[in-house]
Order: sequence, then structure tokens, then C-alpha cells
Amino acid sequence: MALWVDKHRPRELSKLDYHKEQAQHLINLSQQGDFPHLMFYGPSGAGKKTRIMCLLRELYGTGVERLRNETMTFTTPSNRKIEIMTVGSNYHLEVNPSDAGIHDRVVVVDLVKHVAQTHQLDPTGQREFKVIVLSEVDELTKDAQHALRRTMEKYVATCRIILCVNSTSRVIPAIRSRCLGIRVAAPTIDEIVGILSATCKKESLTLPNELAVQIAHKSERNLRRAILMVEACKVQQCPFTSNQSIADLDWQVFLKETANQIILEQSPAKLEKVRERLYELLSQGVPPDVIFKGLVENLVRNCDITIKAETVKLACLYEHRMQQGNKHIFHLEAFVANFMAVYKKFMNDALMLDEF
Amino acid sequence: MHAFLKSGKTSTKDKSKSSQESSAVNRKKTPAPWVEKYRPKSVDDVVEQGEVVAVLKQCLNGADLPNLLLYGPPGTGKTSTILAAARQLFGDIYKERILELNASDERGINVVRTKVKNFAQLTASATRPDGEPCPPFKIIILDEADSMTHAAQAALRRTMEKESRTTRFCLVCNYVSRIIQPITSRCTKFRFKPLSEEKIIERLKFICKEESVTVDNEVYKNIVDVSGGDMRRSITMLQSVYRLKGGHDVRITSDDIVEISGVIPQRYFVELLDICKSGNYTKLEKYVEEIMNEAFSIGQLFDQLCDFVIQHSELTNKQKSVICDRLGECCFRLEDGGSEYLQIMDLGCTIIKATQQSS
Repeated sequence: MALWVDKHRPRELSKLDYHKEQAQHLINLSQQGDFPHLMFYGPSGAGKKTRIMCLLRELYGTGVERLRNETMTFTTPSNRKIEIMTVGSNYHLEVNPSDAGIHDRVVVVDLVKHVAQTHQLDPTGQREFKVIVLSEVDELTKDAQHALRRTMEKYVATCRIILCVNSTSRVIPAIRSRCLGIRVAAPTIDEIVGILSATCKKESLTLPNELAVQIAHKSERNLRRAILMVEACKVQQCPFTSNQSIADLDWQVFLKETANQIILEQSPAKLEKVRERLYELLSQGVPPDVIFKGLVENLVRNCDITIKAETVKLACLYEHRMQQGNKHIFHLEAFVANFMAVYKKFMNDALMLDEF
Repeated sequence: MHAFLKSGKTSTKDKSKSSQESSAVNRKKTPAPWVEKYRPKSVDDVVEQGEVVAVLKQCLNGADLPNLLLYGPPGTGKTSTILAAARQLFGDIYKERILELNASDERGINVVRTKVKNFAQLTASATRPDGEPCPPFKIIILDEADSMTHAAQAALRRTMEKESRTTRFCLVCNYVSRIIQPITSRCTKFRFKPLSEEKIIERLKFICKEESVTVDNEVYKNIVDVSGGDMRRSITMLQSVYRLKGGHDVRITSDDIVEISGVIPQRYFVELLDICKSGNYTKLEKYVEEIMNEAFSIGQLFDQLCDFVIQHSELTNKQKSVICDRLGECCFRLEDGGSEYLQIMDLGCTIIKATQQSS
């Protein structure tokens, strides 16, 4: 049985629930013979992939839904073999090149070449180009992005590239200017509530409005998370009541607890305990930048504005360094230690002032 | 005999017809981007770059051409000018006389040593195959020359002088400061100015007429504002909007331009500054969340914020300098892979502190 997220995913551009005007634009775009490279950008859970699949269906018909998995192997210049999973149909190919780590350049160049070399036999009645969907392009190395720039222009006759990114800041300007950017904003709370109740209706369940609003808020305007939450709620308690509790994510609770411990006591011994907790989080596969964000959000909650500013500044510095280096725990710990120092100093100063 | 002639005739007719058809099909297959389609065809079409056009015209009338270094912001017609001139100079044998290398080609020191040098060493005659006179030299166009390594540039030095009998170099770049001194002193430098608003609007109007697009008058101004004097960007933007709106009988409005270009509406900046003045961290957090959910690019936000802060009338000079200092640092970290959320929060906190200090 499929998850609700997949089961109720809109398959046609005309059936999308929000950004309807944009959907109409995309339909217009697909009806013309000419088609530019596209770049979809927006936060996760806003529906980028859904829109891409709908657009492909609009372009090629239902054939794109017959998906198959393929593993492709590439050989790096240093003679190492890398395997990459691709998902594709007769018309398109979807790949996440950042899976290949630092060898992503080879994947990008070889893959595009591979696809672009085969022309359509009979271009009448069909599009004369294939589409390559590259996801998480912002995670690509600069090297790969530069390689992409050259290949994008070279093979424009037989293949179009659709990029799917979270933030455009990390995409080099040369690529940005070659694509038509499509901004996919996250759905508003009202839109999420509407979609949630519609989904529940399809499953012949009734979702109380209060619960829907609560879930929408908790999902941080991430539609995928919202729908998953509703499904989780259904498992917990069905039929729904308007005041039932929504399960928090484990790691979020854990992170909050860690932040509280840091606030409670600032000492080397505590630092060691915090390190253990951070290791735990990292080993559970929580991305370090998410940990950083979560820590900052929770730490500054009850602080003075000067400490807030100081904390953010420190986080900023260490997070940037972490992106440069490859041992995440060092930078996380440095941040925590530094925060402890700042916080303790501030508390001591405040106490001194009180005594006088 | 008669029949033979006749049949010969018809067959040629057929051929020409079919070739016409096939070319029409071909054209239909790959609709050219408007940027390529409306590139200036002759030097006279180039607008606003007086000096260089004057020099190239002299050359078209038979004078010698110096080595050229064209520099200026993107989209001001540097490449278009030299390509148009070359086309006029050489006519049909244009392909043989031009070597065009841009940043996407391999351009290390080895290429300069082999490819450029070999091409430079070929001699060129003073007549075309059809007997018409043409200048007895070839042109090597090095596009985006500022991305060449210093070693490669250094390797050019002697080549430029030694082959001056048969070859002219034309370097095109955005930043003249990245070209090494010995090269700049060997070339005549021409600076390309950003195009004025009227000239771009004139061109856009012309294109719209050719392509029969209906556009509101204020939209032209909008496009120019967003593109900042970059002709290529304006034309690309016009075409993107046109494609997205589905082509025929639609009006393009200002909102479409804003949406396509990814420019952030002005009200967000006013709001950001208001929030920072109130010094409320929670509000700032909410604002950042909102802007990230709207999927605006934070890099773009920083760019526009810089202009906004500098032109702001209420901030003191000191506040501006503090904010811009941090802006630079955040921008760098962001491009280097830092998290968007943290960078913009940091900047927000800096603005809060800066605005509070004065009051």
C-alpha cells in the first residue's frame, strides 16, 4: 500500500492544488515546440518534483509514468568505477549526481553525453529532445557545475535539462542565467489545511479543522511532512479528535533537550556529555546543518538580545567552517563550547551587577 | 536535347524547392533565441559605443586594424561588435579567418602554445576567392579573456608581436584589471559603457514589433531596471516571459517580469529594516522563515539589500558601513556553502545592533 504522499500526488498540471497561475504558464510553455532549460527552486516539500513530473507528462503523455530503475556505471579519470541509480522512462532520466560525491563531474558530463547521443528516430509527432532531471544541483561541486555549463549549451539540440534545487545561492550565476527559473513557494497554512482535508476525504475519513490547522503549523509549511503527519496521526488514533496529540519527531525532541542541557550548566564535564549527544545525532543521520539550525533556534529562546546576536554570529562562523572541513563534530563542539563561554560570562556579569 | 534541358531544368527547380523546404523545416526545428536572431549584423547597428565603432569603420574602409582589447559589463555588445565587424571584413571566408575561443573551450597554456600559435602562423592573402579585396590578416577572438590563467596570458605576449604581420588579436573581457599589463599595453583599449535606457527600450520595441508581442509601456522600463543596462539579459527576459505566457495574443505585464527575474519586491526590504529597528528577534525569525518559504534566493536578497541600504536616507554613514561590512562577509560565506538561514539571521542581528546603537 502506497503512502498517502505518493497516492494522492497530483499527476497533471491542471490538477495542482496551488500556484495555479504558474501551472497555466507551464502548460503554455509545454505546448510550444521550443523549450528552454528549466530550474525549479523552492524549499523542500513545496512540490518541485510534483511539478516536474506533471510537466513531463504534459510534454510526453502518460508514457513518462512507466518508470524503471537502472544502475549506470561511470569510470573516473583515476579508473575508479562509480555506480549511480537512475530512474527513467523512455523520455526522461532522473538522477541525483551528488550521490557520486566528489566524482559528480564525471557523472554530469558522461550522463548528458550518453543521453544526448541518441536522437529520436522519428521526430514527427514527438519531441526531438529528451529531458534529464538533475536533483539537488546545489550540492554539486563547483567543478561539476562549470562542466554542466559547457555541456548544457553543446547538446541543446537533443536534450533539455531540468534542475531541481533548494536554494539558488549555491548555483553558479552562469548556470542560473542559462535556465528559466521557476520559483515554487511553499504552500500557505490555509492551502495546506485545504489539501489535508481533501486528502482525508478521499480516504473517507473526516479531519477536524483544528487538528488540520495544528498539523499545518507544525509542518513548517512543508506539505510532504504535513501529509505524513496526518497519516501518522491516523495510525495513532482513528477516528480523529480535534485535540489529539501530534507526534514530534524524535530527533527534534532530542535536540531540544540537548540545547536545554547546555543552557542549564556550562562546564567541561557537561561539554563532554553534549558531545556524546551530538555524536548520537550525527550517527542517526541528522545532517549537521540541520543540527546547527536547531541548536541556534533552541539556544537563543530565552536570552538577551546581545547574546542572541553573539550566538548567531558564532554559529554563522562555525557553520561556514564546517562546510569547508569534513569533520563535523569539531565545529559543532567548538560552537557549543564558545556559546557556553559567552553565556557564562554574561550570567556572571549580570550576577555581579545584582550584588552591587 | 530539348527534353534533356527541360528535364534538367525541372530537376534543378525541384532541388531548389526541396532545399528551401528542408531549410524551412530546419529553421522550424531550432527556433533561434532572440539574442542570436537580433544580434547586430553590421558595425553600424551597434549602438552607443562611439569610439570603437569609429575605429572599426576606418578599418572597413581599408585602414589597418590594431590589436583590440574590449572591456565592459556583460551585455553591452562587445562580442557582437567584433563578430559583426569580422563578418563585414571577410564576408564569406569569415570562418577561415576567425578563431574564436571562449571560456568554455580549453584555454590553458598548451592551447595558446599550439592552437593559437598554429593559427597565427598561417598567412592570409589580400583577396577573397571571388576576387574581392579583403584585409590581409586573420583575427583571433579571445572571449572572456579575464578567465584565462596568467601563464596563458604571458604565453600570448611574444606571439602577439611576432605574428602581427598576419594576425590581429581581439581580447574581450569584463574586468580589464585581470589582464596582465604586458598584454594591455600591446592593445588598443576600448571601454564599453552600459547601454542607456532609451537605446534598450528602442531595441526591445523593435523586437516586439518583429515578433508581434504586445507589451505595456511601463514593462519596457521594468525590464531595463531589472537588467541594469544589460541588453542580453533584457532580451532573454523578454523571450522567457513571452514563452511562459504562451505566445500569442497575451499582454505581458510588470508582474510577470518581476516573477521571471527572481527579483525580490521592495516591500520586503522595508519590512526587514522596520523589524530590525524594533529590535525584536522573534519577529526577525518569523520574517526569515517567511522569506525562505517564499523561495526567494538569499543571494539575490543580499545583492538588492546592498543597494537599498546605501540609498536609504535615514541610516547614518556609520550604520551603513557596519551593515555593509557584515553584508560582504555573509555574502561570501553564503556563496561558499554556508547555511542561508544562519547567514541572514546574522545579518539581521547586525542591523539590529547597528540601529540600536544610534538611538
